[in-house]
Amino acid sequence: MKLYEYLAKQAFAEAGIPVPPGRVVTTAEEAALVCREVGPVALKAQVLAGGRGKAGGIAFADWPHEAEARVAAMLGKTIHGHRVDRVLVEKKLTVQAELYLGIAVEGAARKPVVIASNQGGVNIEEVPEKAIVRRLVDPLWGFRPYRAREVARRLGLTGREAGQVADVLHRLWGVFRRYDAELTEINPLVLTPEGPVAADGRLNVDDYALFRHPELPVVEEGSELERRARAMGLAYVQLDGDIAVMANGAGITMATLDILQELGGRPANFLDAGGGAGVEPMTRAMEMLLEQKPRVVLVNIFGGITRCDDVARAVVAARQNCGTEVPLVIRLVGTNEAEGLAILRENGLDAYTAMQEAAARAVALAGGPR
Amino acid sequence: MAILIDERTRVVVQGITGNQGRFHARLMVEYGTRVVAGVSPGKGGTEVDGIPVYDTVQEAVDRHGASATVIFVPAPFARDACLEALDAGLGVVVAITEGIPVHDAMEIMTFAQARNAVVVGPNTFGLIAPGKCKLGIMPARAYAPGPVGVVARSGTLSYEIAAALTQAGIGQSTVVGLGGDRVVGLTFVDVLRRFEADPGTAAVVMVGEIGGTAEEEAAEFIKGMSRPVVAYLAGRSAPPGKRMGHAGAIIERGRGTFESKVRALTEAGTLVARLPWEITELVRQSLAKAHGSKASRGPAAP
Repeated sequence: MKLYEYLAKQAFAEAGIPVPPGRVVTTAEEAALVCREVGPVALKAQVLAGGRGKAGGIAFADWPHEAEARVAAMLGKTIHGHRVDRVLVEKKLTVQAELYLGIAVEGAARKPVVIASNQGGVNIEEVPEKAIVRRLVDPLWGFRPYRAREVARRLGLTGREAGQVADVLHRLWGVFRRYDAELTEINPLVLTPEGPVAADGRLNVDDYALFRHPELPVVEEGSELERRARAMGLAYVQLDGDIAVMANGAGITMATLDILQELGGRPANFLDAGGGAGVEPMTRAMEMLLEQKPRVVLVNIFGGITRCDDVARAVVAARQNCGTEVPLVIRLVGTNEAEGLAILRENGLDAYTAMQEAAARAVALAGGPR
Repeated sequence: MAILIDERTRVVVQGITGNQGRFHARLMVEYGTRVVAGVSPGKGGTEVDGIPVYDTVQEAVDRHGASATVIFVPAPFARDACLEALDAGLGVVVAITEGIPVHDAMEIMTFAQARNAVVVGPNTFGLIAPGKCKLGIMPARAYAPGPVGVVARSGTLSYEIAAALTQAGIGQSTVVGLGGDRVVGLTFVDVLRRFEADPGTAAVVMVGEIGGTAEEEAAEFIKGMSRPVVAYLAGRSAPPGKRMGHAGAIIERGRGTFESKVRALTEAGTLVARLPWEITELVRQSLAKAHGSKASRGPAAP
């Protein structure tokens, strides 16, 4: 789960990392108030989209009436498909230098990695590798203050400034651990005459760890349908085609989409009903697909743990509940295959055993390859 | 021969009194796996299908000399269960559990490294040496003993592929599920290295998917392998930035794309199947070729 910038900064502030004075607002009048309190301000739309600066999501104002007008223009606007409901209004900083500090999960090393650069303010991917300092961290030992000091030294910092940046980096490690982060970054960490300040930040929390963080507000991402599916505990991704797909297991679902595409079809979604899903969740999953009125639904099940009779029951129930005429193409093999086929046939349905035949049939029913 | 496990492996099932643990412990025993004990804190002294249950892994190890464990413990408690198994000296830890926080997984893997132990998973179907030992939740009849090693990130897709091989009369030496999470204990390279050293494995099938760089790293290793490798990769049609079911299956910041993986593997001499049903034929060709070249150099693979 990605947190909004203002939530990330709240987490930073709690951990003792300096952030610019200001607050998040939902009206233009509040923006004027903040500007009156702190002086010239930066106005930043709170959306989970990259590149918001270029899309008009960042502005500056020297005077309250200016802040009010700019925020009024920003609220309600859509940036890369995300509506702006909140704007973070913060004191504009005097920039001496900009650094990048980040901590991420490095899957290949199975460890956290600290990433730092003295070329902050741009996407870290665009910074040349020789200007980046990377340090793997033993998660059981932690990121100790001496290692943060060593990173600061590698960035070319000295004296008081080196100490301050090392302190921020060490505190950022605390945020990474405290929030079960997949990624947290300060970009840029602005060096001002008063010391370093986190001017922008990210905090992406591991979805699997949300049970440990009931205090966090739920930040919803994705389309309404994707949210609904997530609430049902299903892995669902909306695509732009007309062949709805349900399969069991992430790999086989991905492969099903690939096969449809290879045969000239256009998948409408990724829906992994899960290995070993029961009748009830599969029925709800099927209903969701049918409601979208695709041209055809392809069900691709290799029943290992999933039982074919359960799949058949779910398909039949969903079809009855929705009263739909959308054609179904079913491929059903594996555990309790005969029982599953019997249930389908009683209800006027049939199934394929070969994946390629089912996929080809689905593409034909959707109007043929294109 | 098989890798990591064999018919002598003595197995503990952690979380054996839960629904999943009980169900799969039974299926593992039916397959012939030597399940010597179950562990379930607070349920020590009871039995599940005649398997003695203990409160701690250490007790199970002390009494039964176990060497591997299969973990069905729910995600919030899985870190502790894995660390307990590693601390008790078990060399193979199979974490079936889905939804283990990534910070927990990193701690588990770091400790496993210190203990020189292997963690399979998390979020895996486990591993099976057909005809010898099954540690996991895979459907037994998809497999038969034979010369092909299979390593996969995904469960159901690998069942499909193994079943197609079996149906074509091509058995498997060992089938290993790496798991679908971002941080898992084994990489493709770890498993390929073991297959390369296994006299019972003559060819390898690798089932990968988008996200991460494990397939690219595997390609580097494959360049030095004598065993032929056939690969299939899922996720060609996946849009960037979307998580396709598995936590690890996501193209982020231009990394982990289908194209980059196919390119790396093809350059390494791997046959990459474009469609899953092409795999069996590619394996047959690889086996024939491997057999032919081996016959001219020395004894054929068993």
